[in-house]
Amino acid sequence: MGSNSLYGPLDPAPDAGYTDAPPRMGFFTDTSVCIGCKACEVACKTWNAVPDDGFDLLGQSYDNTGGLTANSWRHVAFIEQPRSSSGAATDTPGAFAGLPVGPSSIPATNVVAARTAPDTGTAPGIPPAVDALAAAATAGSEFLGAPAAPGCGSGGCGSSHSGAATPGSASPGSATPGSAQAGGGQFLGMPMTDLPGRVAEAPRTDFRWLMMSNVCKHCTHAGCLDVCPTGALFRTEFGTVVVQEDICNGCGYCISACPYGVIDRREDDGRAWKCTLCYDRIGDGLTPACAQACPTESIQFGELSELRERAARRVKNLQENGVAEARLYGHDSSDGVGGDGAFFLLLDEPEVYGLPPDPHVPTRDVVSMWKRAGLAALTMAATAVVAFAGRRQ
Amino acid sequence: MAEAHPVGFQWVVEAKNRGAKVIHVDPRFTRTSALAHTYLPVRAGADIAFLGGVINYILSNEKDFREYVVAYTNASMLVSEDFQDTEDLDGLFSGYDSELNTYDQGSWQYAGQQDEGQEEGESHADRETASGLEQESHGPPIPADVPRDPTLQDPRCVYQVLKRHYARYTPEVVERLCGVPQEKFLEVCEAWTANSGRERTTALVYSVGWTQHSVGVQYIRAGAIIQLLLGNMGRPGGGVMALRGHASIQGSTDIPTLFNLLPGYLPMPHFQQHQTFDQWIDAIRHPEQSGFWANAKSYAVSLLKSYWGDAATEENDYGYGWMPRLTGDHGTYQQVLDMIDGKIKGYFLLGQNPAVGSAHGKAQRLGMANLDWLVVRDLYMIESATFWKNGPEIATGEIVPEECKTEVFFMPAASHAEKEGTFTQTQRMLQWREKAVEPPGEARSELWFFYHLGRKIKERLAGSTRPRDEGVLNLAWDYPVHGELSEPSGEDVLKEINGYDLTTGKLLSTFTEMKPDGSTSGGCWIYTGVYQDGVNQAARRKPGSEQNYVALEWGWVWPANRRTLYNRASADPDGKPWSERKKYVWWDAEKGEWVGDDVPDFEKTKPPSYRPPEGASGVEAISGDDAFIMQGDGKGWLYAPSGLIDGPMPTHYEPAESVFRNPLYGQQANPTRKVYERSDNLTNPSPPEKHSEVFPYVFSTSRLTEHHTAGGMSRQLAYLSELQPEMFVEVSPELAAERGLEHMGWAHMVTARAAIEARVMVTDRLTPLRIDGRVVHQLWMPYHWGSEGLVTGDSANDLIGITLDPNVLIQESKVGTCDIQPGRRPTGPELLTYVQGYRDRAGLTPGHHTPIETPRDADDGQQ
Repeated sequence: MGSNSLYGPLDPAPDAGYTDAPPRMGFFTDTSVCIGCKACEVACKTWNAVPDDGFDLLGQSYDNTGGLTANSWRHVAFIEQPRSSSGAATDTPGAFAGLPVGPSSIPATNVVAARTAPDTGTAPGIPPAVDALAAAATAGSEFLGAPAAPGCGSGGCGSSHSGAATPGSASPGSATPGSAQAGGGQFLGMPMTDLPGRVAEAPRTDFRWLMMSNVCKHCTHAGCLDVCPTGALFRTEFGTVVVQEDICNGCGYCISACPYGVIDRREDDGRAWKCTLCYDRIGDGLTPACAQACPTESIQFGELSELRERAARRVKNLQENGVAEARLYGHDSSDGVGGDGAFFLLLDEPEVYGLPPDPHVPTRDVVSMWKRAGLAALTMAATAVVAFAGRRQ
Repeated sequence: MAEAHPVGFQWVVEAKNRGAKVIHVDPRFTRTSALAHTYLPVRAGADIAFLGGVINYILSNEKDFREYVVAYTNASMLVSEDFQDTEDLDGLFSGYDSELNTYDQGSWQYAGQQDEGQEEGESHADRETASGLEQESHGPPIPADVPRDPTLQDPRCVYQVLKRHYARYTPEVVERLCGVPQEKFLEVCEAWTANSGRERTTALVYSVGWTQHSVGVQYIRAGAIIQLLLGNMGRPGGGVMALRGHASIQGSTDIPTLFNLLPGYLPMPHFQQHQTFDQWIDAIRHPEQSGFWANAKSYAVSLLKSYWGDAATEENDYGYGWMPRLTGDHGTYQQVLDMIDGKIKGYFLLGQNPAVGSAHGKAQRLGMANLDWLVVRDLYMIESATFWKNGPEIATGEIVPEECKTEVFFMPAASHAEKEGTFTQTQRMLQWREKAVEPPGEARSELWFFYHLGRKIKERLAGSTRPRDEGVLNLAWDYPVHGELSEPSGEDVLKEINGYDLTTGKLLSTFTEMKPDGSTSGGCWIYTGVYQDGVNQAARRKPGSEQNYVALEWGWVWPANRRTLYNRASADPDGKPWSERKKYVWWDAEKGEWVGDDVPDFEKTKPPSYRPPEGASGVEAISGDDAFIMQGDGKGWLYAPSGLIDGPMPTHYEPAESVFRNPLYGQQANPTRKVYERSDNLTNPSPPEKHSEVFPYVFSTSRLTEHHTAGGMSRQLAYLSELQPEMFVEVSPELAAERGLEHMGWAHMVTARAAIEARVMVTDRLTPLRIDGRVVHQLWMPYHWGSEGLVTGDSANDLIGITLDPNVLIQESKVGTCDIQPGRRPTGPELLTYVQGYRDRAGLTPGHHTPIETPRDADDGQQ
């Protein structure tokens, strides 16, 4: 065992005992060119015969995978959020700057929305207070959701929207049609629908949609590997970390040992599963399925040392072109896991993508813990000796 | 593009990494917008206002590439004095016929040629058969001696006509109609013009969302006008690229699955217009005109020889009498309505799922439920095969499975990996595919199916003496079969398409070898050369690193392996490259021929100085500087004197369903659009009609990356279904607040055709826009779901009615109006009652007519 075997910079394959190990292989995932197509997820599942993860609409932007699990070894995260223009250093100006917000200013629209408005005088038109609900009620069906009740919803009143129609509108001759609002700007009777981070009344300034294909990091110091009692997890000659499905006994120690929350047990068989970095492909000189399928070369596979150089050039290039927030994640061999075999170029703090800002391998402290435990044992022994010795006296 | 064409989008990403500026204009913020430098939200259905604004910017700031424009476009030609513009007639061009809703195109012609244009009756027939554009692709009958003003100062020259037509399309108007802030619009104009000219070129890339409008062809025309004005046609890095929705849509128009065309864009004969063989040929080639269509007889005879072989002789007009004839509109939507009306008894569906994928899903399903028989060939049991037992009309009682008389034959089809053949992509490139595996079970290729179907029909008809069977009995149906499955060879078919010299039995190497005397055959003249030298040129895979960047030895591109059409325009009129940076094809005076990186799209040894002799016609009449060799006048058309049903220049009309009165003209919508006014195809009212407020929102539909069109190839696969498992509708937070919609709750959308439900996705990616002084909300839906597969849901296409572009009969399915309400829709018969309630409130009562002509003094329903 080398001096950095448990913590610190290391080339893991030789450390694991491989002589003449091939160069360490890994992924560089450049999120600045990810288009969120999820070809990586599909290619991974197809090659590795990973089962589907259920058909659930999650409502988290276009992410219906939810995260890395035993049944999803690649996961494309979609981060859809407003951002303040001050912090944005990309070359994209405010996508929605100057556009109107607030309700439509057609009175009749608001009539339908409010469902309580006076007769518009358009016959047959929209009869007063008769609309979808009423029509449905006559049809004797209970298909609609909770009927709209007068009063304010949990987050705000409809009337509060009417004043927010045109902040910053650049349109000439389009003064806020306040009079039109008055015709129908009544209670809307619904709960607020705001996404986290903004309210409907707020003027749109800027917006971003980040996408990132996440994967097992194949850590230099892999907690999962360190704690595996059966030897199911092993370090390959390429420096990657792989579970052997025929040895895993499903104890689950690896799950709590992963600082990224990647490895996971499959519910129906209890065993632990995760990305193998396509061990069966790279041994034959093939590119892993996800990288092979990626159309924009967001996922790049290769020798880790070369990928790190490439990534450094890419980040420099982006920053020089105004993308000041571009940064690397997991590239640093002196970080808490000794650097990742799969590292990333991000466009914001790691937390934005759901990544831990400062991951540490839980076995980092094993040596010092054992030292302390040994010291404690020695102390206890010494105390005992002293105690016995004292009694003799 | 990133949403629907992620693989192609890699080149945009690469260009961006090399410093290109990416601008994305779309009603909603998509995965493409996420990677673009600039995103512009725009109102769906207002693109001509936007593009017209760009044209106005170019012309009013003189940003056009003047030498190119004068030399290679029709800018200098004088238009008839009788021509009146939409600016003069409040949205109509001169010659409008209120009875037929078409134009007499006489006044649109060049000066002195008023007699040449289509009359309104002919225009009407052209609209019925979607053949208006044949004039554009075939070149109209234009004599060479059109009066011109090369100084472009004459008020009647095309340049000035164009300038006047678009003068009102200012940045202010663009903002007012499209909702795009002026400064952002100008950013687009500046980027586009700055990146065009002698040293630079810009490519315009669009997807089919641009075409599916009642003015779809004019959208593309507007883009083409910009590219011509900026000198971006026929040059490297330029062009107008259509991203097609399937792997071989280009191929399916070249060798068409369209009712009005034969292979190589030869027109399907019409029973009145083309009664004799000579009438048909002359209608294609226009005897006195210039250009390569003059040889149409060679192409047509070779096609008929490939159909009928030895039975096609000069005496029987090469079997022309056996050809079927058009009698009117046989487009897919007319057919569906004819099925509902009981006029069509049998139907073949191949790789198509109209129950989900075509506009007005209910009409599609009701039509198919009224057939005697239906053959469906697909990979899975799609909705179009099971509508009679699982369709939405079962619950409403409109289809009763026990009573539905349609006998459905389901034939499992081989997938693309299970058969050999070619794909033709958007660059007109044919790429050969090998078969990877045998198809499973009883699945068979289309080639197998149609060969054996034809063989069996011939066997059944053997001995028949009925004249109507002669055509089938005489077909040259002699394909050798191979293997256990008795599969014909795809390469044999490709050879037949390429064509043979029948006297020597050798494969032809170019279409100029085709003869009008029956001594050659060829299934599609533009594909001749794909088997040059007996080699399958489409199968070539020479790596890019081993040849120049044009990569002439990768696959094969029609015509004659030319990668860029009209590339004569990449050199100046004297034949010299416009610039060193953009040199592509040029005249080598020493060699006396055109040379360059690509195959020259010009007669190889015709010098730039060549001028046709008096009275010349055909290829001989093409001047040495006529770069657009397929056009009758050799010029790129900024102004189309004929060929378009709806006018010589693109004009902003509101969509057939709009919440706005046309801010520019009294004429509200395209006055020549194809409508099918019937009680089962109602159109939501638009101003100036009353009650447009019943459907107050604008909606659009398109694809998600995770699914493929009507879902037949993706909703059956768990790995794709899990990525987008459910039908949803995207709304802005503002619209959600207005209508009480909750994120991930249910909502239902209603039009005059249907009500469908979906889960709600509240997202900042949609935004309200200020249009003409009013805020308008747009909502968006994917259209992938139906009643079959691992994941099911309502179909967005059920909302859409049938209104078509007059030129090509494509449906307006990218913009419409609707209402959205929280909660699920009613089920069962109540659903019909519910939709009827909306119709009643919208005034869509029996006897209602949607006005086509809408002069400004018409009663305006706006409050």
